[in-house]
Amino acid sequence: MKTVADAGKERWQVETLEPALKKAPERAASFTTISGRPIERLYTPEDVEGIDYDRDINNPGAFPYTRGIHPTGYRGKLWTMRQFAGFGTPEETNERYKALLGAGSTGLSVAFDLPTLMGRDPDHELSLGETGKCGVNVTSLADMETLFDGIRLADITTSMTINSPAAMIFAMYLVVAEKQGADWKTISGTIQNDILKEFIAQKEYIFPPRPSMRIITDIFAFCATEVPKWNTISVSGYHIREAGATALQELAFTLRDGLEYVHWGVEAGLDVDAFVPQISFFFNAHSDFFEEIAKYRAARKIWAEAMRGQFGARNERSWKLRFHSQTAGVSLTAQQPYNNVVRTALQALSAVLGGTNSLHTNSLDEALALPTAEAATLALRTQQIIAHESGVANLVDPLGGSYFVEKLTKDMEDGTLAYFEAIDRMGGMVSAIERGFPQQEIAESSYRFQQAFERKEKIMVGVNAFVQANDSPIGILYIDESAAEIQLAKLESLRKTRDNDAVQRSLERLGAAARTTENLMPRILDAVRTYATVGEMCDALRDVWGEYEEVPII
Amino acid sequence: MRKLRVVIAKPGLDGHDRGAKVIARALRDAGMEVIYTGLRQTPEMIASTALQEDADVIGLSILSGAHNHIAPRLMDLLKARGLDDVLVVIGGIIPDVDIPKLKEMGIKGIFLPGTPMQQIVDFIEQNARARV
Repeated sequence: MKTVADAGKERWQVETLEPALKKAPERAASFTTISGRPIERLYTPEDVEGIDYDRDINNPGAFPYTRGIHPTGYRGKLWTMRQFAGFGTPEETNERYKALLGAGSTGLSVAFDLPTLMGRDPDHELSLGETGKCGVNVTSLADMETLFDGIRLADITTSMTINSPAAMIFAMYLVVAEKQGADWKTISGTIQNDILKEFIAQKEYIFPPRPSMRIITDIFAFCATEVPKWNTISVSGYHIREAGATALQELAFTLRDGLEYVHWGVEAGLDVDAFVPQISFFFNAHSDFFEEIAKYRAARKIWAEAMRGQFGARNERSWKLRFHSQTAGVSLTAQQPYNNVVRTALQALSAVLGGTNSLHTNSLDEALALPTAEAATLALRTQQIIAHESGVANLVDPLGGSYFVEKLTKDMEDGTLAYFEAIDRMGGMVSAIERGFPQQEIAESSYRFQQAFERKEKIMVGVNAFVQANDSPIGILYIDESAAEIQLAKLESLRKTRDNDAVQRSLERLGAAARTTENLMPRILDAVRTYATVGEMCDALRDVWGEYEEVPII
Repeated sequence: MRKLRVVIAKPGLDGHDRGAKVIARALRDAGMEVIYTGLRQTPEMIASTALQEDADVIGLSILSGAHNHIAPRLMDLLKARGLDDVLVVIGGIIPDVDIPKLKEMGIKGIFLPGTPMQQIVDFIEQNARARV
């Protein structure tokens, strides 16, 4: 039997490879991942020599959780099939949620429109033309009540993609739960609430970085005691990746953001183990199959080691990284949209092989519009087919032990730690953002990718190769101004029927609280109960903290 | 002939600026003078910038579905300020059904997902006129 020592890649190169190359060269001079990382033609035991199974990989459910956080993996429980959805009015979106639940999705995920995301009411100048277009409009508690009408919050988990006004939207959800008789101590779900990536990539910031971090640590503290099963944050790489980062940058910036939140929570006086178990993550599931799998495995290892090591967390739940993933929107094409079904399936498969705890699969029409009901159903079926027909959920971490995957996992870890060092030298992530460091990295990577695409070094089937002259158009979901009209009318009516004095008082108390260090959540809950609007509550805080304006980096 | 002056703008609330920034850089590399306005621009702000910066071209990046609201307002403002010979182009997500109306308003170029940077550079070079 050959030992690792005489498996000799070098010998194989001389004896076997070179003669083959002389007869026929390879298709390209080099092969790289979509991120530009060079990949060798072959990985052997030599490539994993320095890796110790027990110390660096270990079995699932055992530190450092490289192979997964649950010993039974998907044999125990499948990942949550959590399809992101929302458009138009709360009534329309409520219907779509019922349809998705009926079709077998196992968790809800709310997409809000730009006015809601940006803390603006539908009648604000900047909201014109935007209401209901990119997600559902939620202006007040009344809309949240409609959104979940007929859906029992005690029986499902809901993820809400909301950042700057996360505290307000979360408070609305809590009040709806309360009105339904659901217990805050047992309800579960997630708010994205990750402001650092807004400054870096998604750009839905309102307030400057430091007050924004204050709201987040307030939410950590509030939920630690009041809503203990809730994921207070979904530290996100998805958007960082969509903005043009490489897989390594996505991993490094996301995890470093996570470390930043832990640091700020500790500085705010919280015990690490009191709030870290409620931190969750959100990664992209992009096109390079193995790079993504390595990324997820490295993420678990790096987080576990940082929590136990750097932060001294003692609770196992603080060490175990839990993540949602979404297939890469940026990889979908407007040309030949049915190709997107294939892209999404492969990306979803890589997320599953990487051990994702929750997954959203994009619809085939999303380069064109928000998904039609049919396209959304097919996206869900994609997950169900992977879960029930492919066999990959029969065991835990099937690719563990692959020389390639283990080497790539290690490389991702090393690259991430190098980024951590660089960012630490800048004084941490908030400082790095203030300097424009991650934004610059992303701008460079995205330009580099675009150039590679235009030189056909990176192929997108149907776009720069295999182009079809007569691409048959498909029917898309067209959202007109009727949602805006309905929401505006509701707002007008709300302002006549609610107790405006109570609203005013609650807003004043919210503004006053913002000037002290008291936890803002109780004040926000009070305001929400008076039917103060998202815009009104955010304006109360804008008056105290001002608005952030970025210096654009091209 | 002086360099073409291009204002690249992100109107409305949408913060997806990857495309806008990549195009801005490509135009700069192609020898144009590029002014990137940053995010959250109203039509008024864009028209003002175009006037102040002596723009020959305005490139709007719109992915949010707000184009039917923003475009007519901008075109009206440009006309009112005597800027109707500025070349206006849009890049982003625009449903096919909305394209004819945008063209009628005077938006000469509409670039959908997958458009190569060079195509946009060429279009601008061929259709813009350096205003002096």
